[in-house]
Amino acid sequence: MRVNPKYTQWGAVTILTGATIFTILILVFIIFFILEKGLPVLGLSFLTENPQEMGKAGGIFPTLIGTIILPVFALLIATPLGISTSVYLAEYTKETRITKVIRFGTDCLAGIPSIIFGLFGYIFFVITLGLGWSILSGGLTLAVMVLPTIIRTSEEAIRAVPNSYRKVSFSLGASRWQTVKKVVLPNALPGIVTGIMLSVGRSIGETAAVIFTAGSSLRIPSSVFDSTRTMAVHFYILAREGISSENAYGTAATLIIAVLFVNLLAYYTMHRFIAKRS
Amino acid sequence: MEKQNSAEYIINIKNLDLFYGKFQALIAVDMLAQKNMITALIGPSGCGKSTLLRCLNRMNDLIRGVIITGKIEINNLDIYSKSTDVTELRKNVGMVFQRPNPFPLSIYDNVVYGLRVAGVRNKTELDEIAEKSLRGAWLWDQVKDKLHHSGLELPLDQQQRLCIARLLAVQPEVILMDEPCSSLDPIATMKIEELMIELKKEYTIVIVTHNMQQASRVSDFTGYMLLGEMIEFDKTVNIFTRPSNKLTEEYISGKYG
Repeated sequence: MRVNPKYTQWGAVTILTGATIFTILILVFIIFFILEKGLPVLGLSFLTENPQEMGKAGGIFPTLIGTIILPVFALLIATPLGISTSVYLAEYTKETRITKVIRFGTDCLAGIPSIIFGLFGYIFFVITLGLGWSILSGGLTLAVMVLPTIIRTSEEAIRAVPNSYRKVSFSLGASRWQTVKKVVLPNALPGIVTGIMLSVGRSIGETAAVIFTAGSSLRIPSSVFDSTRTMAVHFYILAREGISSENAYGTAATLIIAVLFVNLLAYYTMHRFIAKRS
Repeated sequence: MEKQNSAEYIINIKNLDLFYGKFQALIAVDMLAQKNMITALIGPSGCGKSTLLRCLNRMNDLIRGVIITGKIEINNLDIYSKSTDVTELRKNVGMVFQRPNPFPLSIYDNVVYGLRVAGVRNKTELDEIAEKSLRGAWLWDQVKDKLHHSGLELPLDQQQRLCIARLLAVQPEVILMDEPCSSLDPIATMKIEELMIELKKEYTIVIVTHNMQQASRVSDFTGYMLLGEMIEFDKTVNIFTRPSNKLTEEYISGKYG
């Protein structure tokens, strides 16, 4: 029996709208829940003071430093490496079995649980290379962890640049590298930035990979060889050890606001860039 | 060397075969194109006319599995010889594509793109060539006050003339046009055709077109192609008034194609 398309259309719209509203509601609920519990603790002193009694009292200033420095360090390593790899994969090689293996490999790496990266970082960077629990070990581990994401999103973005741009560029006597630099990368930039932002988000929120490699020192680091603690790790320890649930939620709220801020900033900068170009 | 007997023929194609993998797209094609003339290539879809055009600036190199035998000489130089600098060749043999395809950059940046990749940094020089090229493409008056607006803001026919200006800036000898008017309306088409006739004073043009009337309006020589073969090549007047091959005559009179 054939159902009147009018009804199936109505059904589809209802399901699609419902799913969207449901998703947004979950998101709003989570944020509201965390902010409600966390905001009362949050204030200038909470952000600028050092923690006391392992975080039971005082602020979270050192973890703020750790949360900024680790992802920045990781991204400084992973971004050039990842973009270069994606340019190579998308522009400089023919589609062969080897590129398929590389792509399959990066996809697999992207799906590996972060604790495995933590374990790897612990064995390789902390123990074998003797870097100890440090910003260096943690940053390198995070870099390895987000590399596949950057490679794959950048590669997709580069492939999405219309081929006609490349053809014109070549026809005007440009080399492949000039074409990549002047035409392909600027047009792929929004996609590339998306990948980087996803990676920033992942590294800011990461605990398992960080706790094994950067440790959880509450002191303010003075060099990349020092251990540090990120907000995510701080939250984990406060909640896990039952030290202070108020301060745990305060940390979580700060974390959410920070992620939101980073995303807005990226969004704004990108729009500025696009507007400037056209 | 340049002033020898074949000097007036800037393009000389001899016995050209081209394969896409196992499929033979061009079969023993011969063609001569004269300097400062417009040569049109016509024929039904899939006849190989665009493929032939892309051989002239080696754009086919970008397609995998293309094998070429035979010879193409431009200015008496074999463009498929090992010593050919493909970059130089492409600067000398420019191309206008089917769809207007300015880069998503300003009008100015579009026009000077080829100069910049060639290493020209001098602002006065860039400005001068930009103006000259835009004038050459009959676009200067329309865009002189908005050189730093996006090229994509222009109407389609002006975009196509921007692409022509971008080409003129690298000072080619030969301009290849691959159905340059297929996405334009008749008035815009007419403007481009008038421009072509102006351009041939300084450049040699080879145009691929689906539009037989266009070929008869603008070109001096016409090649009729079918299934990869050059069926007939002659003065445009002869092709359209007294073709010597029956296939050409049937195509011209609209029996197929």
